[in-house]
Amino acid sequence: MTLALAVDISLTLLVLAVAGWIIAVRDTFAAVIGFVAYGLLLALIWVRLAAPDVALTEAAIGGGLTGALLIGAAGRLRKTEAATRAEYPGVLIRTLAAILAVTVTAALAVGVLALPDPAPTLAPAAVASLATTGVGNPVTAVLLAFRSMDTLLEAIVVLLALLGVWSLAPDRAWGGYPGPRHHADPDGILAYLARLLPPIGIIVGLYIFWIGADLPGGKFQGATILAAMWLLVIEAGLADTPPISRTWLRVLLVTGPLVFIAIGFAGSITAGAVLAYPEGYAKPLIIAIEIALMPTLVLTLALLVAGAPQRMPPQ
Amino acid sequence: MNAPTLFGLCAAALVGVGLYGLIVNPQPLRKILAFNLIGCGVFLLFGAIARRGAAVGMGGDPVPQALLITGIVVAFSATALAVALVLRLFDETGSVTLASDAPAKAQADPPDA
Repeated sequence: MTLALAVDISLTLLVLAVAGWIIAVRDTFAAVIGFVAYGLLLALIWVRLAAPDVALTEAAIGGGLTGALLIGAAGRLRKTEAATRAEYPGVLIRTLAAILAVTVTAALAVGVLALPDPAPTLAPAAVASLATTGVGNPVTAVLLAFRSMDTLLEAIVVLLALLGVWSLAPDRAWGGYPGPRHHADPDGILAYLARLLPPIGIIVGLYIFWIGADLPGGKFQGATILAAMWLLVIEAGLADTPPISRTWLRVLLVTGPLVFIAIGFAGSITAGAVLAYPEGYAKPLIIAIEIALMPTLVLTLALLVAGAPQRMPPQ
Repeated sequence: MNAPTLFGLCAAALVGVGLYGLIVNPQPLRKILAFNLIGCGVFLLFGAIARRGAAVGMGGDPVPQALLITGIVVAFSATALAVALVLRLFDETGSVTLASDAPAKAQADPPDA
């Protein structure tokens, strides 16, 4: 057995053990902590699968932001746990669920073992057209040139999710501040970290954003790090979330998708197809879209974690 | 056994574990967690398929990898919406039960329209 295979098998067993623990453990808070560990282990698997771009996204969003979101929710819902635990289904339902789960797993496993060989791939096509985009990272080229429709719709979906979260605000808090106002000991470790880490985090986030054109990284991963830094400052009580009625906030939230749509439709005139780039201008246009999307993504991702408005708007 | 097959089987098992938790656990937040386990399993399956598409000096097929990044971000925003729904349910009724025969406070109160 080679060392690489030993690492892969250990990772697989660890991930499966953590997944089982997330489902089985009694305390929801413990399950959420398990989910953060699960996200980080999955990021290691993505590295083993030669997908560093996905690994960065998984660690930042799958482990980090989703973890922060669920930890906050688990804390607020703690006192409901004992009551819902009484609704745990009986042996019959659990047996049927186990049979269904095993059947689905077996069907998927048969599918995995029956995958065609050699595997179909679009890698040669992506690499062959890479030069026309001026971008060095094929994943970025797919995201913003070959399949930019997906990325455009994704930016809109994320914004719609934020509108959905906001629309759950009670009437009295509409237009107000998302989430609770956090207070932390101004001399405590949280406030200290919230002063120390953001300068470093902002540089790391911008760096990951910028190198995404040529190396693993990109706007989603960079935006997540910037959003995390903002959330850290908010959690430490050093800043507050902006009221959702602020004009600057709403303008920045729609700027990214609007610039993307404008450049996309301009392509139908200058390059003959929607979301096509005129020859020679692909790279500057891709960078323009990324820069316009960046503030939108930072704000949207952070405000999705902050949740629905809860406090009165300023008079 | 090579890495993509191993992780593909791991993904199949993750989907099963998540599906069991989704059905069995009565707490909405645990159902959201289990749903994310299923989602990660599906992503991992897709990632294993991307790895099998390694060609022309690349470690994997970049098209599925890019779709995975899109998928992870969309899964996060769907999770945030689901969590916000559960928290609003808690604020309205003081409990998060999904049982259909639960004595919900909202039914006793007159509708506030």
